[in-house]
Amino acid sequence: MDLINLGIKSIFIENMVFAYFLGMCSFLAVSKKVSTAFGLGLAVVFVLTITVPMNWLLNEYILNEGALTWLGAGFAEIDLSFLRFIMFIAIIAAMVQLVEMTIEKFSPALYGSLGIFLPLIAVNCAILGSSLFMAQRDYTVAEASVFGFGSGFGFFLAIVALAAIREKLRYSNVPNGLKGLGITMFITGLMGIAFMSFMGISL
Amino acid sequence: MSTETLEAPVVKEREALLSKRRKKFITDPLNDDNPITVQVLGICSALAVTTQMKPTLVMALSVIFVMIFSNLTISLMRNLVPTRVRIIVQLAVVATLVTLVNEVLKAYAFDMYKELSVFIGLIITNCIVMGRLEAFALGNKPYDSVLDGLGSGLGYSWIILAVAFFREIWGSGKVFGYPVFDAIGFENVALNGLMVSPVGAFIVLGVIIWVQRTKTGYVEH
Repeated sequence: MDLINLGIKSIFIENMVFAYFLGMCSFLAVSKKVSTAFGLGLAVVFVLTITVPMNWLLNEYILNEGALTWLGAGFAEIDLSFLRFIMFIAIIAAMVQLVEMTIEKFSPALYGSLGIFLPLIAVNCAILGSSLFMAQRDYTVAEASVFGFGSGFGFFLAIVALAAIREKLRYSNVPNGLKGLGITMFITGLMGIAFMSFMGISL
Repeated sequence: MSTETLEAPVVKEREALLSKRRKKFITDPLNDDNPITVQVLGICSALAVTTQMKPTLVMALSVIFVMIFSNLTISLMRNLVPTRVRIIVQLAVVATLVTLVNEVLKAYAFDMYKELSVFIGLIITNCIVMGRLEAFALGNKPYDSVLDGLGSGLGYSWIILAVAFFREIWGSGKVFGYPVFDAIGFENVALNGLMVSPVGAFIVLGVIIWVQRTKTGYVEH
């Protein structure tokens, strides 16, 4: 039950985009068409579901204070948590590369549709952000997996919704200075208000 | 158009420390080529930390520091790094610098460290840093790169400080934590709670972008 609750929370209430502003760069840049937004969203879900549990393992068995105890009693004192940023980003970059190669090998069709977006994901703040949140909040491995998937799915929903609105927006008369980024900011703000209505839901 | 033509100098003179060309590196990102409002880079952290001025200032200083030194480092290494692995090298350099900032904050400003939580770490994936490394530092001399880093950092800083100013004064009636409305004698000023929530950040930044683009005449198609 707690897990479902966490899932709902990470998808709707603490949405990566609307509550923490993570992944905004690609959120704004790749939301002009629904089809590309769909591709990027899928890629984010995919990579997040894999990297968050991976980074959990890294955190639990290597980086945390006393995490190296499994090597021997002499390692119990070591605290490598200052290496967290560099290790997480390395894992993410490596995982993205791996995922890219795996998809290319086993599903060329999916690779074709995700292709360009996969390498970009390594520098998407939503990915690193989720891993850092996971480390900060001391999740268990099950929670970390649910949280990874939930955050990814929240991002997916947000970017597809925004792309759909922007497609419609092409037919409206927007003031010159507001075209593009400006009006997108307002739309995102209004969508944020809509997402605020999920606040307080718990199962 | 002048009729007399200047003779091209035979020996290339040493460029002044702050020549006109170099000044442009600093002034351009402030307005015409602003990283946030024109290039649409680094929005994530611009919005997340701006509920109050103080954390915003710390964030701005951290980003300026990371930008200057990552630009310098990458520029010094630009002829040594093979193009294929450059992204990893850049990430490693930036992550090291960010870890430094993080440890310094943890040691000397623990409250600030708690408040900014994961957002200091997210400077690593701040698109401005990576963007300037890719677009500038890889192809330019160290000193120019430092100026470019400083310029982009300042351009980023003034926008997030402006957003934070409006959000703090409307959301909680304070500037840098100092209650301005009480100080000048206004009481019971109606505050807008929406400004403190994420929604306020989007709207304020949207308005700033609108004003700035109307002034510069930049239109996106």
